[in-house]
Amino acid sequence: MTLATTTTRDDGAGPAPAPQPPEVTRPGRLVRLLRRPLSLQGLLVGGAVIIVGYLAVVPLGYLIHDTFLSADGNGVSFGAFSRAYGGNSQSGEMMLNSLWFAVGAAALALVLGTSLAYIQVRTDTPFKALFFAASLVPLIVPGILYATSWIFLGDPSSGLLNALVFKPLFGSTPINIYSVWGMIWVQGLHLAPVAFLLMVAAFRAMDPSLEESAAMSGASRITVLRRVTVPLLRPAMISAALLMFVQSLESFEVPGLLGLQNGIYVFTSRIYFVLRAYPVDYGAAGAYAIGLLVIAAAGVLLSAWLQRSSRNFQTVTGKAFRPRPVELGRARPFVGAGVILYFLLTVVLPVAVLVYASLLKYYAAPTHKTLSQMTLANYRQVLNMPLAFTALKNSLIVGLGAATAVMLLTSIVSWVVLRTKAPGRRALDLLAFTPIVIPGLVLGLALSFVYLRMPLPIYGTLLILLVSYCTRYLPYGMRYASSAMAQMSPELEESAAVSGASWFQTFRRVVLPLMSGGILAGWVYILVVSFRELSSTILLYSPGKEVLSVLIWEQFENGQFTTLAALGVLMVVLLVVLVSVAYRLGARFGLQNDSAN
Amino acid sequence: MLTVESLKKSYDDTSGRKAKRGSGAGTRVYAVGGVDFEVHDGELFTLLGPSGCGKTTTLRSVAGLERPTEGRVTLGGKVLYDHKQGINMRANRRGLGMVFQSYAIWPHMSVFKNVSFPLDVLPRGKRPDRKEIEDRVGQVLDVIELGAYASRPATKLSGGQQQRLALARALVTRPELMLLDEPLSNLDAKLRETMRFELKRLQRELNLTAIYVTHDQSEALVMSNRIAVMNQGRIEQIGKPREIYTKPATRFVAEFIGTSNFMEAKVVSVKGDEVQADTAHGRMVARGVERTPAIGDTVLISIRPECVDLSREPRGDVPNEWSGTIRNRAFMGDVVDHIVGVGDLEIRNRSNPNLSIPPGTEVHFTVAPDKVTLVPVD
Repeated sequence: MTLATTTTRDDGAGPAPAPQPPEVTRPGRLVRLLRRPLSLQGLLVGGAVIIVGYLAVVPLGYLIHDTFLSADGNGVSFGAFSRAYGGNSQSGEMMLNSLWFAVGAAALALVLGTSLAYIQVRTDTPFKALFFAASLVPLIVPGILYATSWIFLGDPSSGLLNALVFKPLFGSTPINIYSVWGMIWVQGLHLAPVAFLLMVAAFRAMDPSLEESAAMSGASRITVLRRVTVPLLRPAMISAALLMFVQSLESFEVPGLLGLQNGIYVFTSRIYFVLRAYPVDYGAAGAYAIGLLVIAAAGVLLSAWLQRSSRNFQTVTGKAFRPRPVELGRARPFVGAGVILYFLLTVVLPVAVLVYASLLKYYAAPTHKTLSQMTLANYRQVLNMPLAFTALKNSLIVGLGAATAVMLLTSIVSWVVLRTKAPGRRALDLLAFTPIVIPGLVLGLALSFVYLRMPLPIYGTLLILLVSYCTRYLPYGMRYASSAMAQMSPELEESAAVSGASWFQTFRRVVLPLMSGGILAGWVYILVVSFRELSSTILLYSPGKEVLSVLIWEQFENGQFTTLAALGVLMVVLLVVLVSVAYRLGARFGLQNDSAN
Repeated sequence: MLTVESLKKSYDDTSGRKAKRGSGAGTRVYAVGGVDFEVHDGELFTLLGPSGCGKTTTLRSVAGLERPTEGRVTLGGKVLYDHKQGINMRANRRGLGMVFQSYAIWPHMSVFKNVSFPLDVLPRGKRPDRKEIEDRVGQVLDVIELGAYASRPATKLSGGQQQRLALARALVTRPELMLLDEPLSNLDAKLRETMRFELKRLQRELNLTAIYVTHDQSEALVMSNRIAVMNQGRIEQIGKPREIYTKPATRFVAEFIGTSNFMEAKVVSVKGDEVQADTAHGRMVARGVERTPAIGDTVLISIRPECVDLSREPRGDVPNEWSGTIRNRAFMGDVVDHIVGVGDLEIRNRSNPNLSIPPGTEVHFTVAPDKVTLVPVD
């Protein structure tokens, strides 16, 4: 299983099969159809290939070109790099912060996620349902809102934890969310559910008889854990850790909201800062972006490589016998209390504080006075804000557009990859997964390079956001479409062809309907994540073309925290509706594998 | 000797198991509903039954991988499980050997490490020294002919080799009792056949006591000293392979093991061990009946297809001679089956493939009275 196709499920069926191209004997099908370029099939397939290539390759090309371009406009220069990394740019500190933040958040997420996964899958802990409720948090509470919630909780002066817990009890205010530790805490908690779901899949994919046979060999529970369970899970843990690392490195929301306050820069917030300074040094921003891209790509490639080599660990598996859960015994109430505490701290508290803040005029710790002055004024203000409706409309347009375009595109691409023997189909597959290594902010920068120069009138319209979202979510669409395609027997298409259906008729009347479950799931997923996309949007939107996430960001920049909270509550409600619709549609597979920020 | 007494295992019908077992909420579902058996030393004892009959749950309860709800399990003088006394020895303390259906070979260890693991994890006082471990692992690997592969990664072995490796790992501590959970079901047909004899030979040579779980009747018949046929969480019959086949105690056993012709009949006379019974199509005489029914009882007559003797001419003066018409024949290589219609009844005959009678032919057939089995009607 490569990283890009990692799919988790919560129905106990283990990870979805990685799309393995079945060996269909149709030599040169793509070649043949491309030789007849006027057929509909040729046009569709060729068009899809060109679009994927364009989306994946062109922005990076421009990014690299513009960054290395010397000041006089011809020749290669490393000037941008020396401006970005040299001398008194403090980039040494920036890179240390980046690494510290990413490593810390990944470690926190992995430790929490793995422990929770073990408790959920392998013990008789109470409140098993809470684990999955908690795992939905990153889907329904976008990073920007989660970070805001933690500002409300952990601000050194007005944060609830300081004002209500530490000040009265200990007379000090030890919590400062505007620190690297604060960033690690928030990012780690936000990512922990992703680690949890990955590790649940790993625990479930593991043949329980491997552990049972160790017990039958006389090994105690600790020995089994130490000598069998952990070594077998190590590949999964390493690749989960790398994924968390890359995600934290790419995260803009948390460092943007929490780090900029105290001048703690990481790659992403540095790029943002450089682009907001005057005069804008695009070259330096590009140099930071390339640095980030290289580290992220290295992480993703390493992770994919590790997962590939871990395939050796798969052995023959027989019937899946439900493993007997570890009986916690006397520890059970304590573990149960821990689960409740985790749920309160990571889900209830952040959401509650957001709701609380949305009802205040000015954010302050609850006193008799503030509680008595609670008001719905913020909601009224949001609903009367003309921009709010424009933003909602824009978010919907871009989200629906991106979801539809990506799923159509990936249906065709996955057909080419899985059902033809076209030369280069693996390259196409790889190309469609490439955007997964491109951090959102880097993509935003690259796209602005492209469309500032290109004569196409795209810059400053919603279309550029659509292009950006399509690129970002192409890999996720691919994952859904190709696993749906891989589950479908090629004979179903062959029998349609034998019955006299043309390629297009077969595709429209057999392939698409049969894939509809997976396509719908992917569609809803992309719609949900589009709503929260901030890191590329922030560089690409133009005034009047705001989307919801940008509107929230603007409230933050203007210090309108209570309006932000009201807007955030409405957005969470909207996402809860979308996510539950997704569940209702039975579009369950892969939905929880949230990998976007 | 292993003794299992009124072993029961039920599940609280909660969570996902509800749908799977298809029963209402809040009920208790019995996977094993009271099972008693003994396994004698040096014996290969088989639990045979269709999937879901409780055989694996029974085995796992003996192993300690599953906590039974009621009953008592003892091995030699050792109590492994006793519900009343609240004893449930942990699986790793029971000192048993087990071979899993999936082999459960640890992919992160070499062949040698897989086999030495049970010795490596012995408590410090009982653990043999490095040299002895090497010797013992070497011996076991030689017995199962994997000696040359000791340093290989375990995943580089073929299916059959992995299977033997799993066996070696279970053997290395010389356990009092071996548990084998469908160990051959993942092998291809040819290899499975070979491994049956191989396993049987090992068991006999090493004088192993073993419980063998399988759903494959021919495997059970070939390998076992005794078989317990299980159905819906209960044991239907315990006996030697030949007894199980020739004298099935219940309809289920007769149907599950091999194929059988069934007819309902009413008992009209009982003389010693000879029973005469009337079916809708004529009279059948059974001899050597162990548990004789009373006159007037309804019984089920079971006749194996190979016990039906087919001929074109009537033989006269032999018991159980019936006539009918050939409805169908099926050539299967080593045997040929003829379906004989007697009114609305169809009797299956299995013969030497030299015999071939075209459909529509009038035929006569006889069944030796000692081949007629009476089964109580459920």
